[in-house]
Amino acid sequence: MQPALAISQLSKTYDGNFQALKGISLTVKQGDFFALLGPNGAGKSTTIGIICSLVLKTSGTVSIFGCDIDTDFSQAKQYVGVVPQEFNFNQFEKPIDILVNQAGYFGIPREIAVERAEKYLRQLGLWEKSHAPSRALSGGMKRRLMIARALIHEPKLLVLDEPTAGVDIELRRSMWDFLRQINAQGTTIILTTHYLEEAESLCRNVAIIDHGQIVKNTSIKELLQQLNKELFVLDIREEITATPEIAGYPITLVDGHTLEVEVEKSQSINQLFAVLSERGIHVLSMRNKTNRLEELFIKMVEKNLSGASHD
Amino acid sequence: MTSQQKWIAFITIVRREIHRFLRIWPQTLLPPVITIVLYFVIFGTLIGSRIGEMSGLPYIQFVAPGLIMMSVITNSYSNVVSSFFGSKFQRNIEELLVSPTPSWIILLGYVVGGMCRGLGVGLIVTVLSLYFADFSLHSAPITIGIVLLTSLMFSLAGLINAVFARNFDDISIIPTFVLTPLTYLGGVFYSIDLLGDFWGTVSLINPVLYMVNAFRYGIAGISDINIIWAFAMVGLFSLTLFLVALNLLEKGARLRS
Repeated sequence: MQPALAISQLSKTYDGNFQALKGISLTVKQGDFFALLGPNGAGKSTTIGIICSLVLKTSGTVSIFGCDIDTDFSQAKQYVGVVPQEFNFNQFEKPIDILVNQAGYFGIPREIAVERAEKYLRQLGLWEKSHAPSRALSGGMKRRLMIARALIHEPKLLVLDEPTAGVDIELRRSMWDFLRQINAQGTTIILTTHYLEEAESLCRNVAIIDHGQIVKNTSIKELLQQLNKELFVLDIREEITATPEIAGYPITLVDGHTLEVEVEKSQSINQLFAVLSERGIHVLSMRNKTNRLEELFIKMVEKNLSGASHD
Repeated sequence: MTSQQKWIAFITIVRREIHRFLRIWPQTLLPPVITIVLYFVIFGTLIGSRIGEMSGLPYIQFVAPGLIMMSVITNSYSNVVSSFFGSKFQRNIEELLVSPTPSWIILLGYVVGGMCRGLGVGLIVTVLSLYFADFSLHSAPITIGIVLLTSLMFSLAGLINAVFARNFDDISIIPTFVLTPLTYLGGVFYSIDLLGDFWGTVSLINPVLYMVNAFRYGIAGISDINIIWAFAMVGLFSLTLFLVALNLLEKGARLRS
């Protein structure tokens, strides 16, 4: 089976000799929900720009479902739908017109385009605004409009560049549900995001890109297994004044009713609870303090940065 | 893309362009009509009656074809330059760039949109001019042919301007400092016989001169220029601009980073 996306030795040097991509290679299999993570300026948007032909590559190859973007650009573009980071629709047009026109650019007959536009506007909760000027839509609505526009030609690969940036939590969750549903129906999704919780919640595989290089390309599950420490916050029933000392478990007293405990993967949480219980400290609840993926991400980017500084 | 899909993409762009200039008609259709009516009143009726004849025609009949052509030129140009640059500015040009629509279809779509406005305004001005001047049609094929070529050429020029423009100032520089002088010095208001040998010869490098004269010939049957030569020049200019514009779109100049 052809991969949904195959990138080989892709590099991009902008005017002024800024090298945004340094020969990256990446494969995304069909049906995947893939995260492309990286700090600002890492090369994520450049990669996406090249995939959807808004950025001209310097060298390397990109093929989408087996179609090379240089030699078979027309078919390759039919396979891709893109949701960019910034609003890029005509603010004076109505959502329905934006969608129907976009379908037209893909050669879809008008009557089919109108039907599909209604379908996606309804699915994304925009139908009531379909004939309003798009500049009057809220930020969240504008993001959903761009998703609807990207789906109008029913692409096999949907690429989203930070789709939930600046979107409130409730809307973000509903967008996640929608994307899961699209993915379950067979659409391959590639997502860039700053919200690592988003990648952890939605994606199965991940590539971390930094300074134009892929520093990690694996499954989310394997990535998380590389973490050997977690920081737990314990809410305790009786107030305490001194920090309990337990061998092998670094503990910090946050306040009279809250402790933070660092637990290694090889250590037993049951044992920790047992010792605390013996000392008369009863734990009411426990939560993970840090986003685990975020922690790992920072470690990898820092490691890459220190490696780069030795070059 | 199949031929049918390309046709759908083309029609979509043209329909969107026409819809755009009709939606903002007080900015696109009304001002040129008012301007041209003022030209007719001032140059045609008030001053024209004192000028008498030009190239054997009453001045208002001499100036009317030039004024119609001037409205076709400015509207064809300004429609494409403002629409294409607006799409670049709002970045909705990316809607087309991510689609499989070939560059030549994008080019034709915008150009035909510009021609529709240029020809539409030209038609309105022609109807209005009948109120001020009596003129018959000397040659319909020449009139229609030259007006189509002219609107094509200036639509193409507008697109090239829009591709290079980085801000709104850049889309007004060419109309102000190039298009307007070329039009005013292109024989709209006078015959180049009045200029003498030197300036008359210099005027021959102005493409507007060929268009205005060919159009005047189509309507009134008089021209300062050989008509075949005029068609050849406008055709050559149009072909050159088409190839330049297509090359710019193919390369993604100022459109793809």
